[in-house]
Amino acid sequence: MADEVKLYGVPGSPYVSRVTTALKLKGINYELVVEDLSNKSADLLKYNPVHKKIPVLVHNGKPISESLVIVEYIDDVWKGVPVLPQDAYEKAQARFWAKFIDDKCMPAIFKTIGSHGQEQVVAEAHEQLQFLENELNVKGKKFFGGDNINLVDIAATFIAYWLGAAEEALGIKVLSKDKFPKITEWGGNYINCQVVKEGLPPRDALVGFFKKRFGNA
Amino acid sequence: MADSDVILLDLWISVFGARVRIALAEKGVKYEYREEKLDDKSPLLLEMNPVHKKIPVLIHHGKPVCESNIIVQYIDETWHANSPPLLPSDPYLRAQARFWADFVDKKIYEGAKKIWTTKGEEQEAAKKEFMDVLKVLEGQLGEKPYLVGESFGFADIAMIPFCIWFYTLNKIGNMNIEKECPKLAAWVKRCMERESVTKSLPDAHKFYELVLEMQKKKGQ
Repeated sequence: MADEVKLYGVPGSPYVSRVTTALKLKGINYELVVEDLSNKSADLLKYNPVHKKIPVLVHNGKPISESLVIVEYIDDVWKGVPVLPQDAYEKAQARFWAKFIDDKCMPAIFKTIGSHGQEQVVAEAHEQLQFLENELNVKGKKFFGGDNINLVDIAATFIAYWLGAAEEALGIKVLSKDKFPKITEWGGNYINCQVVKEGLPPRDALVGFFKKRFGNA
Repeated sequence: MADSDVILLDLWISVFGARVRIALAEKGVKYEYREEKLDDKSPLLLEMNPVHKKIPVLIHHGKPVCESNIIVQYIDETWHANSPPLLPSDPYLRAQARFWADFVDKKIYEGAKKIWTTKGEEQEAAKKEFMDVLKVLEGQLGEKPYLVGESFGFADIAMIPFCIWFYTLNKIGNMNIEKECPKLAAWVKRCMERESVTKSLPDAHKFYELVLEMQKKKGQ
């Protein structure tokens, strides 16, 4: 029986991008069901009644929600290119950094965008980003996953692409190259990966989105 | 000094520490327990968890694993030969277990804290929000014995330590969680039949005293 894989989401979402990257890494055919977030479909509400959010992966009619849970599910079901390390300790480290990105980095970065780059807010984001910079320094490799991308790189998608668009839209600087040379280099390499590139929204559309949503303080 | 293969840096009153204690007990793993002081963290804790400086930290063969839900998964994977499995073998059920453990992380801790750190209208709103969250868990339980399927596992471990807080919430918030969520109450009873759980949970009354002390200090 052929697998039926549907992904409920919007092309501009970094969380959806996490999932599309994982699906493409595994070479899985899927259908993107585009949602109107101001008018969520009955299907979405049925598949994610708890959070009512995208992305939701529906595999042979069964729904999975929360982007990092979905990415781990994809890694569990489809063998081939691994998203998580095999070793239990390395796996725990990858999960730690992915959670750190979601719990600490993303909220701090969102605040910088919402505050239009207010100094104190940016300083707080820098504190969190410094941990990622140090981690890349210590690892000394192209990606958080080493020579190839893994769960951590995928979790940090926003930082690699969305953040730059937000910075341009609002004329702010959060991820400066001199302060964060490793993350800057990593970002460039990450968005150049074929499986990532294919799932990114066009940059000017993203800049336009940030301008519209957060512009004109 | 005894060289222990497995060390747990913890705080007995911590719900997050309790998760790890339960997992270790379920797997029958022998370990050295070290109680930390939050206002005087050990150099070892600061070295092993430099990012968050928090407990619990599991140190295995000298290498640290941090974040309670991540530690529980590590324990399940490392001692996979020891039954019972803490996560289901089916990938879809595994995803459900992770989803619900994540739900507990996102909704329970902050939601409950708001109830004993606020007053008046703010507290009423916090109470309603928290009960809504518990009702979601009540719905997820349905007719099932545990949160995800037939066996006690990851999602239950993530949630069960918080049952210690129900006594405090009922008293301070003037609530009756067990009455409003009978399935959850039954699930708590069921989990409490496990030795791993009863031996790992701090005393509910002691926690209540701690919260009262905290409130007094803040002049509430």
